[in-house]
Amino acid sequence: MKYFSKIYIAVVFMLLYIPILVLMLFSFNQTSNTGAFDGFSLYWYRELFNSPETFTALKNTLILAVSTAVISTIIGTAAAVGMVKMKSNILRTAINSVTNIPMMNPDIVTGISMMLLFVAIGTFVGLADKLSFWTMLISHVTFCLPYVILSVLPRVKAMDKSIPEAALDLGCTPVQSFFKVELPMIMPGILSGAILAFTMSLDDFVISYFTNGNDFQTLPLLIYSMTKKEVKPDIYALSTLMIIAITVLLILSNFSGSKEEIDRKRHEKMIAKAAAKKTAAKKN
Amino acid sequence: MHMKYAVLLLTLLLSLFLLASCGENGGTVTLNVYNWGQYISDGSEGCADVNAMFEEYFEENFADQYGFSVEVNYTTYASNEDMYNKLRSGAASYDVIFPSDYMIQRLISEDLLLPLNYENIPNYQYIDENYKNLYYDPDNTYSIPYMFGMVGVIYNSGIVSEEDIGSWDLMWNEAYKGKILQFNNPRDAFGTAMYWQGIDVNTEDTAEWEAALAKLQQQKPLVQSYVMDEIFNKMKNGSAAVAAYYAGDYLTMYESNDMLGFYYPAEGTNEYVDAMCIPTCARNQELAELYINFLCSEEAAAANAEYTYYGSPHLLVRENEEYIEVLSEVHPDAMTLMYPADEDKVPTSYYHTLNDTMLSVQNELWSQLKIESTQSTWIPVTAWSIAGILILYLGIDTIRKKIRESKY
Repeated sequence: MKYFSKIYIAVVFMLLYIPILVLMLFSFNQTSNTGAFDGFSLYWYRELFNSPETFTALKNTLILAVSTAVISTIIGTAAAVGMVKMKSNILRTAINSVTNIPMMNPDIVTGISMMLLFVAIGTFVGLADKLSFWTMLISHVTFCLPYVILSVLPRVKAMDKSIPEAALDLGCTPVQSFFKVELPMIMPGILSGAILAFTMSLDDFVISYFTNGNDFQTLPLLIYSMTKKEVKPDIYALSTLMIIAITVLLILSNFSGSKEEIDRKRHEKMIAKAAAKKTAAKKN
Repeated sequence: MHMKYAVLLLTLLLSLFLLASCGENGGTVTLNVYNWGQYISDGSEGCADVNAMFEEYFEENFADQYGFSVEVNYTTYASNEDMYNKLRSGAASYDVIFPSDYMIQRLISEDLLLPLNYENIPNYQYIDENYKNLYYDPDNTYSIPYMFGMVGVIYNSGIVSEEDIGSWDLMWNEAYKGKILQFNNPRDAFGTAMYWQGIDVNTEDTAEWEAALAKLQQQKPLVQSYVMDEIFNKMKNGSAAVAAYYAGDYLTMYESNDMLGFYYPAEGTNEYVDAMCIPTCARNQELAELYINFLCSEEAAAANAEYTYYGSPHLLVRENEEYIEVLSEVHPDAMTLMYPADEDKVPTSYYHTLNDTMLSVQNELWSQLKIESTQSTWIPVTAWSIAGILILYLGIDTIRKKIRESKY
């Protein structure tokens, strides 16, 4: 049984990471052949930095993902905080399930309905370009919101309500207590929500496909349209760079999380020590 | 303290606005070009960047006359149908598009294209007469050919013997069972069977379509898989030996595997033309015409032909020494392959738009072919059984619990 669990973990990790490793390996291939490795070279990395089209798409993707992460995190955090403070139980449950719908919806339904909405409104207002960067941003924020709420909500729920109350008692205005007391306490949830929104927006294809206009093409859309010839390995090189960047980001965010844990533990120890001293002093 | 956050938030939003709106500079006009992916020389692998060339060309020759400079906003699509849907939805405006022959016919019939003003496109004179006035646009009112291509059969000369080549028969040859690749789209797949049987590919006779289906069903046990883009890898690494595909793509494959051979089947084959058009939603027709004219210049047309390896309908390109050199380096017979002399050319025909009835006939027959799976069914059967047993177990369990609870 002991061996079985180890083998099981090994198989799961292989399934998860072998495709990525193969992609990374072939990004260093000398030729565009994916059947055989013909020798190590950085040719496709040089190619990547020489293709303006891919870079524009990458730039667009990053602009969109960062904007989506920022906006959906702000809205989502406000929503989570508001939902917990709601007095009516029924209303809270209702709002909770309504916000979850975009997450449960298949992407294609969200995408098509968004497109129809934008075109209808655009025609009504009389816009020439009904779809643009803005429509893409709105739809990305929409489908990322539930994920942000989902990761912030537990933090808000788990927060000790007496601490902001104490802050109010000690003379904070409600706004001050929110920014100085509550926000730092739920920050880890907000950060993971933002990272989630960023990655969801980064690799979304279906919704972008329906809501993109003529001015803004993201990387997934560009790669999808590469049908006239085969996809060249400079895309593998780009994917490799993105995987490395995301791994670094994740390690950093985990590191900051564990640092906070360490700080908390040290703090607790100090309190325990102080308490011990106190009792010792009393005894004496 | 909270004011600081509010200010931070506002600046963030403002900077977003600025980022998105910086395209609208005073002296610059944007030309929206919507093309197939990888269908223009884009500056990669040492080739020319045609869009940047146009911007420069405009700056030098027309900027004073028009009083602005041009920025090409270039986006790409994956298929004619994708492009059609985007255009049809009216959601975004484009100035230049590159539909294929049958799609041009459809766009014209739906009044989605603007007639071209040939005064702005003098380079039209360099286009091969063979590609002018084709069925989809009889007097070239709306379209100017950009690239053309012909379907042929690619084979691995290490596996396929020379006696077997020359006809569509190779794709039905029992000797290469499990080594044959067939198109994974109905029009092209039925096309191979129809050319082989001598049926008109634009027939409206259901019986003829059924005859083609019978031919494809006969071929199915021999077929390794139905694929499109995967053809490149499977042919390059030798895991498949026979496949029908475009001549230009054959050259791409030949670059990494010189065992590959190519021929046009004697019974006839499909030819297509992609052309440049201006849709009715265009903002700047004159600018679009200048762009089309630029793509018809020898310099730009040669750069694009060198990049894509597809056939150029431009007469000067075929005599362009640099182009001939590039192509001959890829394959010694590349020029005769891409541009067969009239007397050597096998009969070719274009795919026309199928009407709605024929389209549904085609799709129905295609799903008949694909659903009759020759692959093993044990995986889905096991998965469904496990799911069924689980649901059953959960159901019984809940009922048992309910009964137990009701007893107390």
